[in-house]
Amino acid sequence: MQQRLKIGVLCSRVRVEEKWIFASLEKRGIDFDRLDDRLISFDLDDSAQWKQYDAVLERSISYTSGLYALRILNAFGVPTVNTVGVAEACGDKLTTSTLLMKAGLPQPRNVVAFTPESALDALEKLGYPAVVKPVVGSWGRLLAKINDRDAAEAIFEHKATLGSTQHQVFYIQEYIEKPGRDIRVVVIGDRVLTAMYRTSPHWITNTARGGEGQLCPITPEIEDLCSKAAQAVDGGVLAIDLIEHPQRGFLINEVNHTMEFHTLQPLSGVDIAGEIVDYTAAIASKEPVQ
Amino acid sequence: MSTVSCPECAADVKLEAGTEVGEIIVCPDCGVDLEVTALSPATIQLAPMEQEDWGE
Repeated sequence: MQQRLKIGVLCSRVRVEEKWIFASLEKRGIDFDRLDDRLISFDLDDSAQWKQYDAVLERSISYTSGLYALRILNAFGVPTVNTVGVAEACGDKLTTSTLLMKAGLPQPRNVVAFTPESALDALEKLGYPAVVKPVVGSWGRLLAKINDRDAAEAIFEHKATLGSTQHQVFYIQEYIEKPGRDIRVVVIGDRVLTAMYRTSPHWITNTARGGEGQLCPITPEIEDLCSKAAQAVDGGVLAIDLIEHPQRGFLINEVNHTMEFHTLQPLSGVDIAGEIVDYTAAIASKEPVQ
Repeated sequence: MSTVSCPECAADVKLEAGTEVGEIIVCPDCGVDLEVTALSPATIQLAPMEQEDWGE
């Protein structure tokens, strides 16, 4: 007789996505524990309490907590969704860019420097306007559109003086005149599930910053590109953000590994929470995942 | 449904059925974010401020 699965859901703040995931687990009769990343601790010499889980679904709101928990769980041999490698690949924008570059996939031009002076030189060569992003961050936080040298000098000085060590990595991207929107695409395993346009009059189109969702048809081109982007970061449960460049077509802007889908699930009618649970159950059962 | 007191402004805050521990609710009076810390009896506290590595 097949043993009943036990899943751990690593989370902290419970968003509507986590509520939908808990409901999907309950609906499927899957035994699960909520693991609050603010309350747990790990003893590296004692993996027993963690090995009770056939898989752990990581939904931490903190990238750092989620990343290190995944590192330990994977070292214990506990399967996770996503793996620590995927979290590393997606949680750091520069790491994502290098993997997309290695895979030969289209993305905005990026330049990187480690001092304000070299960043200014690199930006002058790239040209204005440009966008400076923290390598770790989300929800459109601390993005800066730089229109001229005066702004660049100010932003770089502020980052160097006020920022943490991570802000000394100057990750600069060409600014793209997109058509007032970007595209969020959900990929789970090998399947490109659903997509939406995120429209905003502001150049930052994240729904966390007020961007509005509108269903986007999945064309063969989007499907192919997003499948390849998912493979480039080693796959799993992913949300891929595309930008439409007026001449170069679709560019991959970001790959998110603990995606929010509070806008897309009701908009698309696709049970994304259920799909995540089914994928996690397949990983837990060691079944081949689709 | 339970009612708790907002730690910021003392307004009555209602917890709807289906509320989960760890969920964030907004005080209807002062607008502060509150985290549900227990359900029986219901308790809330000021939600932690957004951190630099938070997101998706």
